[in-house]
Amino acid sequence: MMEPQWLDIGPVDQLPALGARTLPVRGGQEIAIFHTANGEVYALANACPHKAGPLSQGIVHDTTVTCPLHNWRISLVTGQALGEDKGCVPVIPVKIDGGRILIGRAEALAGVA
Amino acid sequence: MTQIQKPHLVVVGNGMAGCRAVEEILARDPDRYRITIFGAEPRVNYNRIMLSPLLAGDKSFDDIVINDLAWYADNAIDLVSGDPVVAIDRKIQTVTARSGRTESYDRLLLATGSDPFIIPCPGHDLQGVVTFRDMDDVGAMLRAAASEDDVPRSAVVIGGGLLGLEAAHGLSLRGMTVTVLHLMPTLMERQLDEAAGWLLKNALEARGQTILTGADTAEIYGQGKVEGVRLKDGRDIPALLVVMAVGIRPNVKLARDAGLAIGRGIHVDDHMVTSDANILAVGECVEHNGNVYGLVAPLWDMCRSLADALVATPSGYTGSVTSTKLKVSGIDVFSAGDFSGGEGCEDIVMRDASRGVYKRVVVKNDRVIGAVLYGDTQDGNWYFDLLKRQQDVAEIRDALIFGQAFASGGAASANPNGAVAALADDAEICGCNGVSKGKVVAAICGGAETLDAVRACTKASASCGSCTGLVEGLLAITMGDDYAGERAAPTVCKCTSFTHEDVRRLILERELKAIPQVMQALHWTTPDGCSSCRPALNYYLLCAWPGEFVDDNQSRFVNERMHANIQKDGTYSVVPRMWGGVTNPKELRAIADVAEKYEARMVKVTGGQRLDIFGISKEDLPAVWADLNAAGMVSGHAYAKALRTVKTCVGSEWCRFGTQDSTGLGIKTEQMTWGSFMPHKFKIAVSGCPRNCAEATIKDFGVICVDSGYELSIGGNGGIKLRGTDFLCKVTTEQEALDYCAAFIQLYREEARYLDRTAPWVERVGLEYIKQRIVDDATGREALRARFLYSQSFMQDDPWAKRAAGEEYKLHQHLAEIRPTPTPSRPVMELA
Ligand code: SRM
Ligand SMILES: Cc1cc2nc3c(=O)[nH]c(=O)nc-3n(C[C@H](O)[C@H](O)[C@H](O)COP(=O)(O)OP(=O)(O)OC[C@H]3O[C@@H](n4cnc5c(N)ncnc54)[C@H](O)[C@@H]3O)c2cc1C
Ligand code: SF4
Ligand code: FES
Repeated sequence: MMEPQWLDIGPVDQLPALGARTLPVRGGQEIAIFHTANGEVYALANACPHKAGPLSQGIVHDTTVTCPLHNWRISLVTGQALGEDKGCVPVIPVKIDGGRILIGRAEALAGVA
Repeated sequence: MTQIQKPHLVVVGNGMAGCRAVEEILARDPDRYRITIFGAEPRVNYNRIMLSPLLAGDKSFDDIVINDLAWYADNAIDLVSGDPVVAIDRKIQTVTARSGRTESYDRLLLATGSDPFIIPCPGHDLQGVVTFRDMDDVGAMLRAAASEDDVPRSAVVIGGGLLGLEAAHGLSLRGMTVTVLHLMPTLMERQLDEAAGWLLKNALEARGQTILTGADTAEIYGQGKVEGVRLKDGRDIPALLVVMAVGIRPNVKLARDAGLAIGRGIHVDDHMVTSDANILAVGECVEHNGNVYGLVAPLWDMCRSLADALVATPSGYTGSVTSTKLKVSGIDVFSAGDFSGGEGCEDIVMRDASRGVYKRVVVKNDRVIGAVLYGDTQDGNWYFDLLKRQQDVAEIRDALIFGQAFASGGAASANPNGAVAALADDAEICGCNGVSKGKVVAAICGGAETLDAVRACTKASASCGSCTGLVEGLLAITMGDDYAGERAAPTVCKCTSFTHEDVRRLILERELKAIPQVMQALHWTTPDGCSSCRPALNYYLLCAWPGEFVDDNQSRFVNERMHANIQKDGTYSVVPRMWGGVTNPKELRAIADVAEKYEARMVKVTGGQRLDIFGISKEDLPAVWADLNAAGMVSGHAYAKALRTVKTCVGSEWCRFGTQDSTGLGIKTEQMTWGSFMPHKFKIAVSGCPRNCAEATIKDFGVICVDSGYELSIGGNGGIKLRGTDFLCKVTTEQEALDYCAAFIQLYREEARYLDRTAPWVERVGLEYIKQRIVDDATGREALRARFLYSQSFMQDDPWAKRAAGEEYKLHQHLAEIRPTPTPSRPVMELA
């Protein structure tokens, strides 16, 4: 049987403007769902490539989040650290359909035994 | 007889796409088909986009008709209006309408458009709730606007997108009091960025509309008909008309029932053919290549491809790039393409506050990929053209933002000052003060060799400051190597060329009251700032407009946003206030209970004379706070750029050396100052004698009690760089000590740069300056103190209590949880 490719994780209006919420994955890596000023939604593993700071708690500006622990800037689009810093965090594909947030199933469950 | 033998083309949908497709077919071959058009609406084809001007009273129905009855007759088209098709039988190739009329087809064209989306909230079916899609909707709105039984006549429009705003505009021109409810923080967030959305909101508000963003509708209420709308936050807006304009859904019902392939819309190939070779589809009801459209431009392209494939040489539809303009007279808004930014994208932003203009062009790999224009949309088409043609703009990159006339004039040059150098002598440099280039150059030659000097003698760049760059360019050109450059004072961040002092002064002078407004007025070069300037602006506005400015939580660092201190493992620590370091069994018991109940991993006595509870998860924070509140404890702001602790010693109450009640004064001081946000954290201490057990001489404000009174000192810091306080003055009463403290804090709040502790600030402005303001100028001191207390009247409510009561719950709860089951067939979802 074909697995559904997308997981519906709830309505977009449950995201704070210019902020993020978290999505724990049992047995896997917690995901942070970000909302930009333009109303776009992105998802990254909720762990900074520096020292695993919770990116969901950073300040979102443009398509970047600044990590709350030591201010690394991470691209919401690519998961890459920006500027001088080097590192990358997994990006989970997201799409919005009918006001609901859908995330890539395989990527969300990556690492789950 | 020949007539009958022509293949029969049946069109379902007498709207913009259906009729356009027919026109395109007729233009290529007028004799190919016998044509029947079914329309659900009881009228001829009209221009749907002109419903907005119709509502606003700028047009009549006759003005907006595209094809009148004569057109149908002239082209021998059978129009069946007011009779929707209800079924398709693909096997025998017939359609049946509601009236029972059945037509067989050789080719069937579906052009059923979209259905407005209706929020299924309680009351959505009350009389007086309308959508904005067709003439009937406009009719209902006009009737409500003309109704006499409710004065003032008020309407609520749900949805601040293109349609909603056009509806609101029309209704308000028809004399209704209009409130727009928009769920998102920014109007038209799909077409506009935050900055442009904010300008739009302001312009609409200035025209008397009420715009509520972040407004979530709970219910529409009324007895049989609409009486008002209630929001989830409890607000209540009376209204006799509710317009739902929250979006559209492709109308695919017929196609789905007929078993055609459907996604979000009816699937079509590049020739607009559906999964059934005899059935075609165009317009908003289709999905092509994963895209559905809600604007007319794509329809034209689709209809052309459809006709090419049907009666001429197939051309193939390749998708459309769209642009949007808002049809509200006097407000110019344009947007096109993708302006979400991201990797490799570069934003070019230009703001001209005096003209109310905001322009943003997004460039990637030397191609324009998006544009947002507000206030001046003259170049919209040019940018859209560059975007569609994917033209390489490397050559004109520097001048791109100034528009076609300028960029094509070859003004782009390697020298950044080239453009200024090329200007004529009488060209205007400073719009605010009408200063020409010639005047500025003359002033520089006459000895005004710094920016300030130029400002002083010509006023150029002395008002809004947007021409500062041009003036500096002229200084550089005129003086050559002698010009050393400017600005010893740092700018707020890379998003602006203004210093902290400039920003603070201009916020007051120009009465700027919101972050996007500051960014617009002061020509920020980024659309929504960065993690340096957002918190700074938030603070400056908070300080400038106490009681008025609405704090922007998302512009605060994590600790201030969460009202707790984030730890390296992502949990939080919680520090309740212990006034003056004094506690009691009830408080201690509550802390002990919390520590056990929420499995805190450590409780520690801090260096600030209170207890810190470690290892609380963000989900548990509101519950922890509720428990602490119940024991009478409030936030200690251990996380904030705010008053932290007032450290005390036991003083005259107990200590054999104590000269005054240092504990009591400490508590009074903390009660006066808690909750106040400042440029950085602020610590106070009161020692009962010069032995100084409370370490008052390394605090931001320190008091040392002596027999004859209180010695006040300021600007100490025990942190990274140790600095002892400077002696300010001695006062004789407790009240004076409190008054001076309040005045000093307010001076610091009003004048220091964000993230300056008092120590570096005092060193920069000099102790003499502070003494002059606080000690010598008694009237000034009293005014400062009064401003502080006024501001405090808004600040002293416990942020924890609000969170415990459910405010900002989204920050504390997971969005959902994924629990993959052992056999991962379907993950289990739990919604928070
Ligand atoms: C908890 C505590 C240490 C302790 O276990 O005692 C503490 C903990 C932290 N301090 Fe501190 N400081 C604590 C008292 C102090 C003191 C002593 C005092 O207040 O008397 C000082 C020196 C005095 C001073 O500020 O002048 C102090 C100087 C600093 C500094 C350096 C400030 C400076 O201007 O140089 C920082 C860094 C900063 O603020 O940027 C800092 C920053 C921090 C932060 C907030 C680091 C951070 O940003 O995450 C730590 C948060 C831990 C947490 O989650 O609670 N902490 N910190 C103390 C809390 C006091 C309270 O009850 O609120
Ligand atoms: C108020 C308003 C303002 C707008 N402004 C703009 C603008 O400024 N710029 C822009 O580009 N776009 C604008 N639009 C969008 C634009 O009008 C649409 O994109 C366009 O009309 C879509 O054409 P269509 O033929 O696909 O759908 P429609 O024009 O809606 O035509 C579909 C027709 O099919 C009929 N129908 C549906 N089902 C059946 C059935 N079973 N049997 C028979 N008939 C049926 C419907 O009644 C309708 O008349 C605006 C829309 C509105 C409502
Ligand atoms: S001294 Fe350093 S490690 Fe200790 S609490 Fe303060 S900031 Fe953290
Ligand atoms: S953990 Fe993110 S910057 Fe250090």
